[in-house]
Amino acid sequence: MTTENMEQPKTDFILSEEQTMLRDTAKQFFSEQVPISNLRKLRDEESADGIDRDVWKQASELGLAGILIPEAYGGTDFGITGMGLVMEEAGRTLAATPLFSSSILSTLVLLEAASEDLKQAILPAIAAGEMIVAVALEESGHHNPAAISLSAEKKDGGLVLNGRKTFVLDGHIADKLIIVARSKGQKGDTNGLSLCLVDANSDGLKVSRSKMVDSRNSSEVTCENLTVSADMIIGTIDDGAAPLESALDQARILLSAEILGGVNEVFERTLEYLKERKQFGVPIGSFQALRHRASAIFSEIEICKAVVTFALSQSDKKSNQIARLASLTKARLGEASTLVSNEGLQMHGGIGMTDDVDVGLFMKRARVQLQLLGDPRFHRERYARLNGY
Amino acid sequence: MSNLETFREETRAWLEENCPASMRTPMPDEEQPWGGRNPSYPNPDTKVWMERMAARGWTAPTWPTEYGGGGLNPDENKILLQELKRIDARPSLNSFGIWMLGPALLEFATEEQKQKYLPPIVRGEIRWCQGYSEPGSGSDLAGLQTKAEDMGDHYLVNGQKVWTSYADKADWIFCLVRTDTSVKHEGISFLLIDMETEGVDPRPIKLISGSSPFCETFLTDVKVPKENLVGELNKGWTIAKRLLEHERAMISGMNMGAGEASLGGMEELAKEVFGELDGMIAHPTLRDTVTKHKMDEEAFNLTLRRTGELAKAGHGIGAEASIFKFYGSEMNKRRFEILLELLGTNALTTEGEGHDQDVMDISPQWLRSKGNSIEGGTTEVQLNIIAKRVLDLPEGGQA
Repeated sequence: MTTENMEQPKTDFILSEEQTMLRDTAKQFFSEQVPISNLRKLRDEESADGIDRDVWKQASELGLAGILIPEAYGGTDFGITGMGLVMEEAGRTLAATPLFSSSILSTLVLLEAASEDLKQAILPAIAAGEMIVAVALEESGHHNPAAISLSAEKKDGGLVLNGRKTFVLDGHIADKLIIVARSKGQKGDTNGLSLCLVDANSDGLKVSRSKMVDSRNSSEVTCENLTVSADMIIGTIDDGAAPLESALDQARILLSAEILGGVNEVFERTLEYLKERKQFGVPIGSFQALRHRASAIFSEIEICKAVVTFALSQSDKKSNQIARLASLTKARLGEASTLVSNEGLQMHGGIGMTDDVDVGLFMKRARVQLQLLGDPRFHRERYARLNGY
Repeated sequence: MSNLETFREETRAWLEENCPASMRTPMPDEEQPWGGRNPSYPNPDTKVWMERMAARGWTAPTWPTEYGGGGLNPDENKILLQELKRIDARPSLNSFGIWMLGPALLEFATEEQKQKYLPPIVRGEIRWCQGYSEPGSGSDLAGLQTKAEDMGDHYLVNGQKVWTSYADKADWIFCLVRTDTSVKHEGISFLLIDMETEGVDPRPIKLISGSSPFCETFLTDVKVPKENLVGELNKGWTIAKRLLEHERAMISGMNMGAGEASLGGMEELAKEVFGELDGMIAHPTLRDTVTKHKMDEEAFNLTLRRTGELAKAGHGIGAEASIFKFYGSEMNKRRFEILLELLGTNALTTEGEGHDQDVMDISPQWLRSKGNSIEGGTTEVQLNIIAKRVLDLPEGGQA
């Protein structure tokens, strides 16, 4: 992969040659180096890390860990669309890597608000795959940045944190965490948040691994009088909400690209099954009850492709519609992945209920992705509010 | 200045000069410009506008100039459409001849037929209707029974067509007829018939909406000259399928956003009816219903745009028309159901003191929308087409 800047496509929907090459590279990497058997192995052998360090090293050598990071900080700078293409391929093989936690969510927060010193110190290490940074955001079972109440008390120009976080992706393998804390106002206020960068081995920080239905990494985080010095605040104290929201919107769109990859994979596998599996002496795909549902799903996926591709290209163009588009995209893909994973399982019949067949793994992953950064209900409400109704 | 910039300037100047002021206002239904042998022009500007546009071939902008068309390339055509939209110009001519028959003639007709039929379509002199469906052949269109017998110097046509749009007002009909009864698809031919021929009898059908845009058309011992056959004998199904693609594209783009124009958007309507709470629709579940629909519309529009870009870049589109027809028509039906739900009994009132006409106009449109997923191939037929042509699913199972 080259480190040259990717030329921005003139259109909203058609990939440039460089982007097509990047997608092909990613497709080959994930299908050959990180097939679904990789996730099964991590799960069945109860891997302590929950990721394959060798795979992550290879991905980083290919430049995948630094796609969003400018060359000045050691990244490959392929843009949001470039990262979206990589995520789509990662979604097809359920690849368990810190790509989303470290190279997307944390990287976007740092790019949005961090000082030059912090960017110099952290981003090159993320791009090289040598440092994993996780974001500790959620405090309940539902995504809701405004509801943050983990307290940040001002002291000596820095902050002292107390409280709990949940659903922290890759928290237990992270070298550093970005903790979103409330330094001003009340739970429910949109503003008054601070973004704090802390070492994983800081005094007063406890990280414990959780197990998730999709066999991917999550953890609980507790802060007890955790001291954050002024130079470790990303951006300025109390002003973290705006850069966080901007980072979250781009991350929501990139997560939707990963969901699209999973949706495509499940549908293609289901179609194959409809053609192979025979009952009553004929392939079950010849039954109209199934044909019509397959066609309706195909139409839905075409719509998803258009929505995701547009949201990615508009992110690269820094459109002022990103918040609306992020909600449109995350809601649509959440609904589509629920539909397609449920239908995929049903059309596989009894064999779909077995652990041997991958369709169940995709369904479990789909539900975690659905909740991550907001479920369809959250995003419909947000879309309506942003549109003024 | 590039050629296209010059074209835009000249087009803008010509339109400023030639588009009558009343043709830049919203169009009442009775002023729809259908042309034909017996045209109706409650507003005389309709005729002026049509004739001026036709003289430049701009009623059919992309057709070749030798058949009366505008001879515009796709870029020029896009500019023309943009400039027309810029001044809110009404369409200069509604025509099934332009939308459906013309493209098929350009592809399949003889030179003589093109010379004879295309220029009058461009000029709006001949109004066409489509004779496809029959009482016994709806979704199974290829099962059609209207038969054309070879009588040596002419065909003798007998049968019945149904859902012929505006057949009672049309001058000619393009028809699918059976010329071989021993085979199904390979026994169909494409025939052009003058509605004034003896034995052609169109009768309007009253619909659930109260209007009668469609007819059943009886054909009894109708003598049709043999030169009116388009394409080869028994090869009409190929033409029919191509024409249906044009029709599907037309229906899926139709009615988008109509129905609320005079009422404000669906979201504004919801605020009016149920009130506002912090700037939001006060009814929480209805707000979610409206939001879902608005998201569907935005997503569907993006899908149309994506297909447009892909087509322009030379990627084949094929069965996409079926996706748009399926999704677009189902979405349009949902839209009218939501509007009815929003307006409650006021939208179900057809006449009443103190009732708003714009609101009472919703119910006929709601009823009309039910036909969207039936005409031009039902939703079920579209799903069959996608399953067969795109997904390549095997056939032969029990329905």
